[in-house]
Amino acid sequence: MLPWLIRRVLTLVPVFLAVSVVIFSILHFIPGDPIDNLLKVGSPASARAEMEARYGLDRALPVQYGIWLGKVFQGDLGTAIVARRPVAELIAQALPHSLRLGGLALLFSSVVGITLGIIAALWRDRWPDRAIMGGVLVGSTMPNFWLGLILMLVFSVWMGWFPVSGARGWNSLVLPVVTIGLGGTALVARITRVAMIEAVRQDFVTLLHAKGLPPLRIELFHVLRHALIPVVTILALRIGWILGGAITVEVVFARPGLGTLLIKSLSQHDYPVVQACLLMLAMAVMLGTLLGDVLQAMMDPRIRAAMA
Amino acid sequence: MSALLELSGVSVAIGNVALVDRISLRVEAGRILGLVGESGSGKSLTAMAAMGLLPLIGGRVTEGEVRFAGRDMAGMSDAERRALRGRRIGFVTQNPMTALDPVQRIGAQVDIVSRLHLRLTKAAARARTLDLLTQLRIPDAAAVVDAYPHQLSGGMKQRIVIAMALAGDPELIIADEPTTALDVTVQAQIIQILGALVRDRGLALLLITHDMGVIAQICDRVAVLYSGRLVEEGPVGPIFANPAHPYTAALIDCIPQEGMAKRSLRGIPGAVPSALAFPPGCRFHPRCRRATETCRDDAPPLLPLGAGSVACHHAGPP
Repeated sequence: MLPWLIRRVLTLVPVFLAVSVVIFSILHFIPGDPIDNLLKVGSPASARAEMEARYGLDRALPVQYGIWLGKVFQGDLGTAIVARRPVAELIAQALPHSLRLGGLALLFSSVVGITLGIIAALWRDRWPDRAIMGGVLVGSTMPNFWLGLILMLVFSVWMGWFPVSGARGWNSLVLPVVTIGLGGTALVARITRVAMIEAVRQDFVTLLHAKGLPPLRIELFHVLRHALIPVVTILALRIGWILGGAITVEVVFARPGLGTLLIKSLSQHDYPVVQACLLMLAMAVMLGTLLGDVLQAMMDPRIRAAMA
Repeated sequence: MSALLELSGVSVAIGNVALVDRISLRVEAGRILGLVGESGSGKSLTAMAAMGLLPLIGGRVTEGEVRFAGRDMAGMSDAERRALRGRRIGFVTQNPMTALDPVQRIGAQVDIVSRLHLRLTKAAARARTLDLLTQLRIPDAAAVVDAYPHQLSGGMKQRIVIAMALAGDPELIIADEPTTALDVTVQAQIIQILGALVRDRGLALLLITHDMGVIAQICDRVAVLYSGRLVEEGPVGPIFANPAHPYTAALIDCIPQEGMAKRSLRGIPGAVPSALAFPPGCRFHPRCRRATETCRDDAPPLLPLGAGSVACHHAGPP
């Protein structure tokens, strides 16, 4: 499996380079630049030129890209132009908040989603299935930011159970986690249900019944075991997704994190910070797919055999 | 002698579609009953009915009784029926390629049967599994138990499925087309293994197949199914010598013989009717060379003939 893993990681290198080019160029092609935020109104053109020279913004774009990428590989994310602090420091401050939120949301959607999926599959086409699938449909169609506001209105403003915003204490995490987690829950529940129903139709399940195994044991230890292979893959893909999806929720709940940092620096055109944030999110997606592949291989001997 | 498995007048339906119509079968200890018919004749449904597994595919017994060792299976609780499956009735499926759990090691899949039904410890169950695999002439059994299904050939997998069926020390084995998905050379081996089991262990075997050649090789009696109805039943020797039903005769004609002239192998004209539109009267009449007006109007009853029985208005040698 190790040679495969090495090959698999190496395929991420060109992906990483492509992503970095896209991130770098998109930012520089949108109008405006960070100098606008630094200069006092009415400053002479010479002051602007001096600033641009200081941050290297006067050089050709490919050169700027080369310098940036070289430094990234050395672990140097640069210095924020507007915030005037090392970008690594800003990220280090924001990332734990995002990871906590994203991690808990992922855990929430896995546990609740898989459980609901199992219940729906075991009672398929009867009322528990219909109720769950109906709820899931509603849950998956609601946009994050709107759901966040509704939850905030009900549980913070009316009931007063949780703080409206901020990141002090565990209870400030509940509403954001539920907001992000619900979308994933819907997806995971649907996939678990379909995968279980498909697995049930397979010959080997009939033979398990013919061997006299108790039905619940067949459902949980054999059918679910199979159904979880696609579910785990989807969950791993969502790691990156959830960090990215957290952006709007972080803003709605006024929480510190990668999302809030990204939005703020984006509005200030603070290139180094925006680039670093986007790079983090892209890496989360890439590592998620890698993790998904590894988990799938761990769960299915046929995939392990195909890798060798 | 009392039958181990007895179906009397069993009808099976899936939803509102009646697929098996009042069939009766007896399987005795130490004997092999062959159940033969084309695809869609209701063979597999009969097997599922005998296993009490019809609910899995949304089917049910609408009429008649399935009795195992004298007890009506419909009168048993789910737990009682489950205690029979794997313990007293072993099941061998049609396609060994998909019959094993692809993510579980072979050993564990066989062990579970004796652990569950014979209450063996992990170590004792494994010893029994190794013993069974060796008896079934699986080379290098110690390595096979640690393998995953995709690492084995079809013939090996079918032996594993047979080992699973034997692990609970059953009295009856129901084999649903056990050789259909296998290479011809392997087919013969599997048939030999099944025949030896009946001889050596005194098992009863219900062998479902569409291959009259297989029936001729090892069965004691044969029951011929057409479109959900039994058309002929009796000892293999007399039936092969003098098939009374034209369908049975046609099936026997489909076996390639040694020394046959080229292009002399005959098929049966027409196709098996759909269960949604069975023809009236005798269901075989649209494909039958002996069919008359009576066959179109009246379904022939199954009547005793010699040591067996036949359902045909024009039974007898052609």
